[in-house]
Amino acid sequence: MTSFTINGRVVEITAEPDTPLLWAIREHLKLTGTKYGCGLAQCGACTVHVDGEPTRACVTWLEDVAGKEVTTIEGLSEDGSHPLQKSWIAEQVPQCGYCQSGQIMQAAALLKNNPAPSREEIVDHMDGNICRCATYDRIIKAIQRAARES
Amino acid sequence: MKNELNVHTRSISRRSFLITAGTVGIAVSYGNLASQAFAATIATETAGNYRPNAWVTIDHDGTVTIISPASEMGQGVMTTLPLLIADEMDAEWSKVKVVQSPSDAEKYGNPGFYGIQLTGGSETVRGYYEPLRLVGAQTRMILLHSAAEILDKPVTELNTEPGMVVHTPTQTRISYGEISRLGKISDPLPQISKTDLKQPEQWHYIGKQDLPRIDVPSKVDGSAIYGIDVQLPDMLYGAVIRPPVQGETPATIDDSEAKNVVGITRIVRLPYGVGIIGETIEATIRAKEMLSIEWTTGSRIRNYSSASLIDEYRKAGSDLSQTGVNAVKKGEAAQAIASSDILIEADYLSDHVYHATMEPMNATALVSDDEVEVWAPTQGPTFTQGFAAQTAGTTTDKVKVHTTMLGGGFGRRAERDFVDDAVSLAKEVKGRPVKVVWSREDDVRHGKYRPLVAQHVRVGLTSSGAISGWQHRVAADSIFARTLPPVFEDAGGLDDVVTEGADFNYDMPTHEVEYLRQDNGLDIGYWRAVGCGYTKFAVECVIDEIAATRNIDPAQQRLELLAGEPRARKVIENTVKMSDWSRPREGRALGLAYSDSFGAHCAAVAEVSVNRENGQIRVHKVWTSVDPGVAIQPQNIEAQMTGAITHGISHALYEQINVVNGEVQEGNFDTYRVIRMSEIPEVEVSILGDPTQKPSGMGEVGLPPIGPAIANAFARLTDGARLRHYPFLPERVLEALNG
Ligand code: FES
Ligand code: FES
Repeated sequence: MTSFTINGRVVEITAEPDTPLLWAIREHLKLTGTKYGCGLAQCGACTVHVDGEPTRACVTWLEDVAGKEVTTIEGLSEDGSHPLQKSWIAEQVPQCGYCQSGQIMQAAALLKNNPAPSREEIVDHMDGNICRCATYDRIIKAIQRAARES
Repeated sequence: MKNELNVHTRSISRRSFLITAGTVGIAVSYGNLASQAFAATIATETAGNYRPNAWVTIDHDGTVTIISPASEMGQGVMTTLPLLIADEMDAEWSKVKVVQSPSDAEKYGNPGFYGIQLTGGSETVRGYYEPLRLVGAQTRMILLHSAAEILDKPVTELNTEPGMVVHTPTQTRISYGEISRLGKISDPLPQISKTDLKQPEQWHYIGKQDLPRIDVPSKVDGSAIYGIDVQLPDMLYGAVIRPPVQGETPATIDDSEAKNVVGITRIVRLPYGVGIIGETIEATIRAKEMLSIEWTTGSRIRNYSSASLIDEYRKAGSDLSQTGVNAVKKGEAAQAIASSDILIEADYLSDHVYHATMEPMNATALVSDDEVEVWAPTQGPTFTQGFAAQTAGTTTDKVKVHTTMLGGGFGRRAERDFVDDAVSLAKEVKGRPVKVVWSREDDVRHGKYRPLVAQHVRVGLTSSGAISGWQHRVAADSIFARTLPPVFEDAGGLDDVVTEGADFNYDMPTHEVEYLRQDNGLDIGYWRAVGCGYTKFAVECVIDEIAATRNIDPAQQRLELLAGEPRARKVIENTVKMSDWSRPREGRALGLAYSDSFGAHCAAVAEVSVNRENGQIRVHKVWTSVDPGVAIQPQNIEAQMTGAITHGISHALYEQINVVNGEVQEGNFDTYRVIRMSEIPEVEVSILGDPTQKPSGMGEVGLPPIGPAIANAFARLTDGARLRHYPFLPERVLEALNG
């Protein structure tokens, strides 16, 4: 049994300690906004925050998060009102949308430490997140808009 | 397993669109929605409400629920199709709710695409454009008649504005919500015809207003439900191990360790692999690693090595003694070329590429004694119904398919393998749903790749530079022979999707396209833009080779050949202007290509540089113009264009599947490289729409011209060095530079 906090709520999960956090989140807790894309820290679809740090849930074991605080896309804001969620809508970023939870979580970590990133800093920070629909240009615009408007 | 499909002839689905002889009148089915598969959701929400037809339901509070019949895989159809109905019926968009249709080809099939529900071929908006507007127009007429009765006014004095019927003389207004509460639907239904459709200047949404996409809010807060997200009570998980070489089967299965993994329910032999069922997803993944399987070794795919086969295909393409099946035959091209003064001849090659949908293949199925239910991110609900029935050993009427959101499709999700997995495993544990999720490695290694293709193009020029003949020979395996054998046979061994794009609107005195089928058995499939993704590579590069031979401007060369095609000329001229085409760039060059694919006209100019040390190509900027006919939602067109162009750059520069002795060498994104944010160019899109024209497809249009635009830029940058093999890997670039 592993206990940790997710989106402000304490949970206990009965699973092997080396179970990827990704499956604990998606299939045990049914918070399916966090996605599986590669399982190898190659795509960023599974990005969540662990104690505020952007983390690939597919290569994080359950035992690694014992006692820690995990935030998923569902917990980023209560009602989709995080500045990035708003700017993502304003810029109409998603196409298939599958990568976008990971993109937004990755971007949220950037803005927390660097409220006015340059284009280069954005690209550098986001380069580990694949978008197969290639919405990259709008992702950049949405991050810039959120930085501007908040 | 064979993919035997029954495609019925192009038919208008009867109950939802009743086309009568002469005029197009439509009678919309009424009231039988409640008996339909999916109806549970809608029926409970709308019981007692106003349902003028199978597509639209109006609530007492004015909410207009519209069915979306196609699969949303990123291209925006969940917004585009409903807005066609909404515009014609004068619905207020803020009150529109969109519901995914059940699998029901008879009601919701695409009249422009064999009457089935299959989202692909860029056929969706093209096929539904007029029928859905007719549905909307008739819905409006039904509302007018109901309002006439409520208000006791002649229908001729009534008009509509968004969400309202207005009695013009008295300016009395009655909302659609009130009509739904007080009104009756007239019987028989009022008939309408095409002449009742709005004129472009009357549209509210089509081409007038960029509506925010319906699916977007759910994609930024994690609430959108993709196939992989399905959660059902009592659900089990499944995993399937397929053989490393296609077509082999398990000889021995040692599951002594795997079956002891905590949470494993069952390990089963399948005709094509080994299935694992467990209480948790992680248990199935652990068991997968512990299973030890020996596979048979007799598959002919063991002879399949892509690097040597492409060479064989190249030989077949250039060996003129081998003849194929004609896809285009206009005059005697070979003769004309034989007697021409100048011969231009080249081979264009393309390696296998993989779809890499961000959401790996998956599906969930529940099999009970006489029913099958499938939840799947599928492009083809109608086929899925058939596949599931076949696998479960029942008939299609016993199968319900729920189409979820798709995390990318690009053609991969028109296949059946992921559906087979879910149904095969669910059959083993009747009464409990099973969700099967492929690993990324499963997804990479068991893809339905774009075919390996060699194209041999021969063009004859007269001494004055006029083209006398164009011969284009396409050597590749067949997609239809596997997926639609009857279609392949009926066409006499022709495969339309493999050669598509080789036909073109350039004016040629003689033109021949030949398909030389290669038969080596590896499963190949539909990959975004299908044939056009490589045929335009050959065509557009050869056009530049001709221009270079004649020493004229490549844009001029195209405009000459498109003298009778004003729409084509316009996209080229516009793109040339946008890019400031004749201005030289220090250390960089521009390349141009044009494509007439999917009913659109599209031109692209790429600004390219190359690192001569390491062979890396960089695309700095792309300008593109597209004429999509009526530009229904320009902001979404811009997104589709930018996405497809960037995707096109990815496949032209990086993407490659290598098969060695039948085994796919790549396994994940560490070995299958796709474009990342740091590698994208700026893309400038210009949309040259015409509201009086039919819409083109949009999801694939941008992809075909970008690869040749890059290759053409490279040639102009390097004094004519040609890149003729997709992808343009650094070693190939260096070879072109030094050879
Ligand atoms: S799923 Fe974790 S990085 Fe791809
Ligand atoms: S929106 Fe489709 S993968 Fe990013």
